[in-house]
Amino acid sequence: MTTEKPHISVKNLNVHIDGNHILKNISIDIPDKKVTSFIGPSGCGKTTLLKTFNRLLDRQGNVEITGQVLVDGEDLYSPDTEVTHIRKKMGLLSQRPFPLPMNIYDNVAYGARIHGQRDKKELDRIVEHYLRGVSLWDEVKDRLKDPATRLSIGQQQRLCLARGLAVEPEIILGDEPTSALDPVSTQRIEELFLELKDKYTLVLVTHILRQARRVSDYIVFIYMGEIIEFGTTEEVLLNPREKLTKDYVKGYIS
Amino acid sequence: MKRKLEEQFFKFLMILCTLSISGILLMIIWTITSKGAGSLTWDIVSKIPEGGFYIGKGGGILNAIIGSIYITIGATILGLLVSIPVVLYINVYAKKNSWLATTTRLTSDILFGIPSIVYGAFGFTIMIYFGLKTSLLAGTITVTLLVIPILVRTMDEVFRVVPEDIGNAVYSLGGTRWETAKIMIRQCVPGIITAILLSFGRAIGDAACVLFTAGYTDSIPTSLDQPTATLPLAIFFQLSSPIEEVQNRAYAAALILTIIVLIISFTAKYFSKKLSKNKI
Repeated sequence: MTTEKPHISVKNLNVHIDGNHILKNISIDIPDKKVTSFIGPSGCGKTTLLKTFNRLLDRQGNVEITGQVLVDGEDLYSPDTEVTHIRKKMGLLSQRPFPLPMNIYDNVAYGARIHGQRDKKELDRIVEHYLRGVSLWDEVKDRLKDPATRLSIGQQQRLCLARGLAVEPEIILGDEPTSALDPVSTQRIEELFLELKDKYTLVLVTHILRQARRVSDYIVFIYMGEIIEFGTTEEVLLNPREKLTKDYVKGYIS
Repeated sequence: MKRKLEEQFFKFLMILCTLSISGILLMIIWTITSKGAGSLTWDIVSKIPEGGFYIGKGGGILNAIIGSIYITIGATILGLLVSIPVVLYINVYAKKNSWLATTTRLTSDILFGIPSIVYGAFGFTIMIYFGLKTSLLAGTITVTLLVIPILVRTMDEVFRVVPEDIGNAVYSLGGTRWETAKIMIRQCVPGIITAILLSFGRAIGDAACVLFTAGYTDSIPTSLDQPTATLPLAIFFQLSSPIEEVQNRAYAAALILTIIVLIISFTAKYFSKKLSKNKI
């Protein structure tokens, strides 16, 4: 394991969905201000694990979660924890961008508004700052009042990233955030991730090994609901300790 | 060769069926127009019945037009007040496939299938129970019962297909369920308008619900406890008359009813298109 300061600590996490044991005894420390990628075959539980971090998983019926997920030492699953507070700490980038049904400006301002920001000047500043942050500002500054859906998919995904960053999270969760994007848009998102890790802790789910290699500092290989291997990118991808990891990295299992 | 013939035969059959739909609509419009247009005078839409109206003398059916519009608007608003919270609860607040949501969907499906005469009879019983007389209020409440399942079902269909990720997007920004609900409503505006339109059409055209509960009168109601005439009943009563002029007025009433529904349809379409520009 790592010697880095952990930002998210998972302890003995078990998840059952509809009676199926989806995550088995997961314990892991996700390092602060690094990019950690979850890799593994489809259905291995990597997205489920990601969704336990912002408690979106318990939105679904018939889910049983035991164990602890600590963020900055606070247990997400303790009954005193306020869910909206937790979720504000984490930005989520989903597989496909889902802009809110409003214009570009309002999409970015939305988070700030629901958390009480009413000042027009401040909102203008926030919108410009975060749109610049995802290098979208120059492309959209003349049409901020256009529906967000008019943007291309790649632009929408950057908009969603800006929208997430505008609530000032500490952690960014990406659930295969480039899987719907073309290569150029993918590259821009990946570049953004590398810039963002100075300020944020990033956790990505990806099934593209090359992407994991390009962007991540640490890699977690998950197979059938268990963590098989966790280490730095070089360790896991180039010198895997476990046979399963080796087989996956070489493409024998997928 | 045989397969090609088969293909053409079924294609022909399908086109025939498809055209017959428009054909039926055209025939309906032609029937009510040819019989009713002659009686559709300014008097008919602007006056209440005068003495001897029902044997062919002067006056109009303004009482029924106003009565129907009151009941329909009232029932649609009351229906929305009940059904929007229901739809939001089962789609945003309740967990997926929760017991209450499943039961509610089943219930509204069953209610949807209940014939309106049953609502009429039920409304009548309730009315008697509360000591009400046939009135605008009793009619509106009964029609509200009729439209609630229509509103719930139609809106639920739209809310259900909103991608889960939209809700997740709001949640992951730290939004509450109420904030998510508001976004869902925005996303579903066209669907909500369709639901309102359907319920409006059903409410304004339903005779069985108002037959026992709203009564019939020649004057325009000025308070909720007065009985009121309605367009479907105006058609019903006049059509059963042996006098030809009165029968034609029934068709004129039918024409007015159809025109109102068409106006509402097109306005709703227009607004739903306009409001859906921000939709995914």
